[in-house]
Amino acid sequence: MRSGWGRPLPAPSKSMPGMDHTRVVKRYLSDVAIAFLALFCLPSAALLIAGVSPFAAFCHLFSGVIGSWSKISHVLSAWTPLTLCACGLLYTFRINLWNIGVEGQIILGAVFATAVLRWCPSDALGRVWLMLSLLAGAGGGILWGLLAGQLKTRGGINEIFSGLGLNFAAQGLVLWLVFGPWKRLGTASMSGTEPFPAALWLPRLWDARISPTGLILLFVVAAATGLVLMGTGTGLRLKAIGSNPRAAHLYGLSRHRNMLLAMACSGGIAGLVGSLQITDVYHRLLPAISSNYGYLSLLVAMVAGYRMRWIPLASLLFACLNHGSIQLPMNLGIDSSFAGVMQGLLVLTILGLHGRHAKGR
Amino acid sequence: MLEIDFSLLLSSIIAGAAPVLFASLGETITEKAGVLNLSIDGTILLGAMVAFAAAVETDCLLVGFAAAGVVGVLVSGVLSYFSLRLGQSQVAIGFVLTLMCRDLAYFLGNPYCRIPGPQAIPVPIPILKELPFLGVAVFSQTLPVYMSLVLIGFCWWYFYRTQWGLRMRAVGEAPDAAFARGLAPQRLQTVYALAGGFLVGLAGATISLAVKPGWGRPQGAEGTGWIALALVIFGGWHPIRVAAGAFLFSALQVAGIFMQGWFPSVPAQVLNVAPFPLMIFTLLLVNLLQKESFQRWKETQPWAAAILECLTGSPPEGLGKPYRSE
Amino acid sequence: MLIELQNIHKDFGRVKAVNGASLTIRPGEIHGILGENGAGKSTLMKVLSGVCRESAGTIRIDGTPVNLFPPEKAASVGIGMLYQDPLDFPPLSVLENYCLGNSTTGFGATGRNETRFLEQAGRLGFQLNPRHRLNTLTLGERQQVEILRLLSLGAETLILDEPTAGLSLPQKRTLFQSLKTLAADGKSILFVSHKIAEAESLCDSITVLRRGVVIGSAAKPFETARLLSMVFGSARSMPSRKQRVAGNTVLEMAGIYGRGGRSGLIECSQSLRHGEIVGLAGLSGSARGLFLRIAAGLQPPDMGQVRLKGRTVTGKGPDVFRQEGVAFLPAGRLEEGLVPGLDITEHLMLQNAAGAAVLDRRQARKNALGKLRAFHIPAEPDWCVETLSGGNQQRLLLSLLPETPDLLLLEHPTRGLDMDAAGWVWQHLQTVCGDGAGIAFSSSDLDELLQFSDRILVFYNGRLLANRPAQDLNAQRLGQAIAGAL
Repeated sequence: MRSGWGRPLPAPSKSMPGMDHTRVVKRYLSDVAIAFLALFCLPSAALLIAGVSPFAAFCHLFSGVIGSWSKISHVLSAWTPLTLCACGLLYTFRINLWNIGVEGQIILGAVFATAVLRWCPSDALGRVWLMLSLLAGAGGGILWGLLAGQLKTRGGINEIFSGLGLNFAAQGLVLWLVFGPWKRLGTASMSGTEPFPAALWLPRLWDARISPTGLILLFVVAAATGLVLMGTGTGLRLKAIGSNPRAAHLYGLSRHRNMLLAMACSGGIAGLVGSLQITDVYHRLLPAISSNYGYLSLLVAMVAGYRMRWIPLASLLFACLNHGSIQLPMNLGIDSSFAGVMQGLLVLTILGLHGRHAKGR
Repeated sequence: MLEIDFSLLLSSIIAGAAPVLFASLGETITEKAGVLNLSIDGTILLGAMVAFAAAVETDCLLVGFAAAGVVGVLVSGVLSYFSLRLGQSQVAIGFVLTLMCRDLAYFLGNPYCRIPGPQAIPVPIPILKELPFLGVAVFSQTLPVYMSLVLIGFCWWYFYRTQWGLRMRAVGEAPDAAFARGLAPQRLQTVYALAGGFLVGLAGATISLAVKPGWGRPQGAEGTGWIALALVIFGGWHPIRVAAGAFLFSALQVAGIFMQGWFPSVPAQVLNVAPFPLMIFTLLLVNLLQKESFQRWKETQPWAAAILECLTGSPPEGLGKPYRSE
Repeated sequence: MLIELQNIHKDFGRVKAVNGASLTIRPGEIHGILGENGAGKSTLMKVLSGVCRESAGTIRIDGTPVNLFPPEKAASVGIGMLYQDPLDFPPLSVLENYCLGNSTTGFGATGRNETRFLEQAGRLGFQLNPRHRLNTLTLGERQQVEILRLLSLGAETLILDEPTAGLSLPQKRTLFQSLKTLAADGKSILFVSHKIAEAESLCDSITVLRRGVVIGSAAKPFETARLLSMVFGSARSMPSRKQRVAGNTVLEMAGIYGRGGRSGLIECSQSLRHGEIVGLAGLSGSARGLFLRIAAGLQPPDMGQVRLKGRTVTGKGPDVFRQEGVAFLPAGRLEEGLVPGLDITEHLMLQNAAGAAVLDRRQARKNALGKLRAFHIPAEPDWCVETLSGGNQQRLLLSLLPETPDLLLLEHPTRGLDMDAAGWVWQHLQTVCGDGAGIAFSSSDLDELLQFSDRILVFYNGRLLANRPAQDLNAQRLGQAIAGAL
């Protein structure tokens, strides 16, 4: 399939010379009005249809994320994987690739991490094995990412479809493992494999829900991503090829090699997330290991305008929505997928406003 | 050896294929006109939920189907507006919509989980139902199933035998050439995206009102949209081949139910994975076949050329690229 | 239908593409419009076919002034334009392409259309199978389908823009025969071309355009010498050329066949040497572009050998060629040469940055400033390249070329540049050549070719027709060679 499925990179928004103040203010106000409509009125309508007071729902959303250390750390435990994955996706978006296979890459990372942990000979080597499993997870993600990349460069298959296919394949793999070779003693179930002993859990501080390892990795990866994409030759090359692949040869750039590099980086980070899910969150392999973080991180990247500086905030928003909605079923009797509706509306609003500005030029 | 009633087997294959037929043929129409609609998985779920809810509230199946169709039109309308008018990426919008519609379906469908509701009943065709094998297999189905079968023929006729279908294909292949010929690419693409969306909505209704009646979380219809997308590619954007793919998929699913009996430990979802490797294989094949060296080999073997012509199909050139009228 | 164009002007900003052209086209005649590239022929035809609106002047049909914009209007009046590259639908069948946009619908319409198609085709001597897919047809056959389609829509005047580029001899004969048949039916045919010989054999009358103005016209029988002098103008005195001694052979092409565009490249053998400037002349076909790309390693030849400094490099990628000192400058500045969205500093960094090293933006900015000064580009290093004018983009591309290349291959190096900018470019290129580099460039400007080349290669329909030292040629003879009249 041809490339050119609509570039995910937004056009650089330059302020037009000679645009007078009233127009700027008017445009700002209309943007706010549209955002209000989309993010408040529409969800409220949906809530009313569901028979619930919008005010109560939004209150519960907010109260679900603030107020206690436990809630904050819950949010952080969702924020970390989202931010990490979204950082990884920046590499592929830079070179104009749609890495929809990120879900599968998370899963493969989790699978590899689990495999390594299962071979841990004794609890004393726990720390070492944890490190190995994190590396293995990254390796699994790299493998899955490169597979999709090769299907594109050698086989000419659009990365969207190969990514989707590999997601399904990864899902099938996990199901087979959980119900087959790695099944729990007794009956196999959707709650996954036998949990790992505490020695193979990433160490926690106090009773937080997230280990500092995850946060440290997050900062390292985010900083590295920002540095690589903005300040190194690699990042510039990715940007150049993403912007004009035809000119690549003139500058001695190999399209294929750089695409594979981007897929490997993206996959590796996603795989790392997968192994963090194993070692830090679930401590076992289960079919829902990726928790939809892959697809959500694509949305996060879209909301952040594919820019590093906005990703932490965007993923925080998404994590809050996710967590805040968990107690909605209990308290108000509505389904927690309300968060997904809000998240989708957020993306559409951003894309819609962007499109309006581009048109108005 | 188990006693297998082949006519019943065929009957369940045909019934099971109905929603997939609606979705994949609808998407074929949309893509043939040049629009890529990735939101169909979510649309099917939302359509299924709305159809079931509407049918429960009004106790009328027709209202359910109509409501699902409207939902499909609305979702594809959003996609068309954002991509064709606002110039956003069709992939991005489609992707967001698929997630959002799924969540919306679960959210609004909460009160309708696992409650009984109206269901389509088989409507045997008077004389044809007496036929020995086909009578049970083909002519004792529910109305939606009949409609899905008719749709195959209708799509083929529309695409290849009418002037409108010709214009649709022209717009998908080369929007600027179409514009130069006096056609209106943007308008036509919107129309066909909406038409395709309508059919996708019907697919959802067919599931929740006929094939897998009811609503729940999960419903069981999850993944149907992705499979329809795969089938469109597998079928080379040709309605007959896409339909063949849909039947093949349904057969695989039915076979899966049998295999469940033989391998009880393997969950059914593993078989749902099957269409995608097939699709990737087809795409690989298509791309390999276009390589220079193979082209030259093909020229020396006329029989090979004929077979390959049948098996391959290439995407409309304008797929996914919004047309800009200068 | 009598068409009169009276004093037509067409401006694009400051550029006057058509500057007061008047023309009369009578029914039943084949009227040739001759001129070099840039003479204004295409623009005038775009005005006539409704693609552009004229800036000044009147168009009359049968005495009544009309407005022909947009294309639908011109089509409704019976004017049909056959483009060099017909805008059609390759995956659809011949018949489907013919019927598209046609108002005949209803059951059985396909059958009636097919009958009509075969009837028309037979009359004009076209052998076409309506069921074949369009992408299996040759260019000549695609043209035939398009002609039939235009006729079926009721075209009384047919405009053909450079129709014979890429046609084989028998196809040309079929086309000319069909045009004569149509003229005999009372239709008016406009044959736009630079091929003087063909125009002479086909047309009843010829109008010559140069620099947007009608220089003159002639009727059958034609005097070739007079036509040539109208098209190319009288021979101008050449400035004294620098005597250069060519050095060793850098690149050698033997028996090269290349595929692409209209005619491809057929059996080309040539050498390019150090310190020598070779000009590539020809019609706006693909042969010259293919020659340059194969020489740059961007495209492997179908057959034949390419040797670089004695070493066989056929089929090796552009990296190898670049390492050996071959540099290429594409014609499409923004499409192929520069990266939109990146600024000037980033382009420079792209050129130089190796590996994953952290970029030293400050140093790069300084270097960029240096380059901008050296190449007289009025821009800041932070500007995005798409904001630069065409001329400045070209200068930027030249500044990005390596300092001491062995061989410079340039596609249309001064296209879109004004006199000053072009002069500066050639000063630079001559200095580079004096330092020992070999240069090969393609151009549509005869003056440029004659003034700056040491020798000129003339391509015609994919073959290398002539290889002469520039001092042996003048504008007239070069024009003849290009037009295939030699």
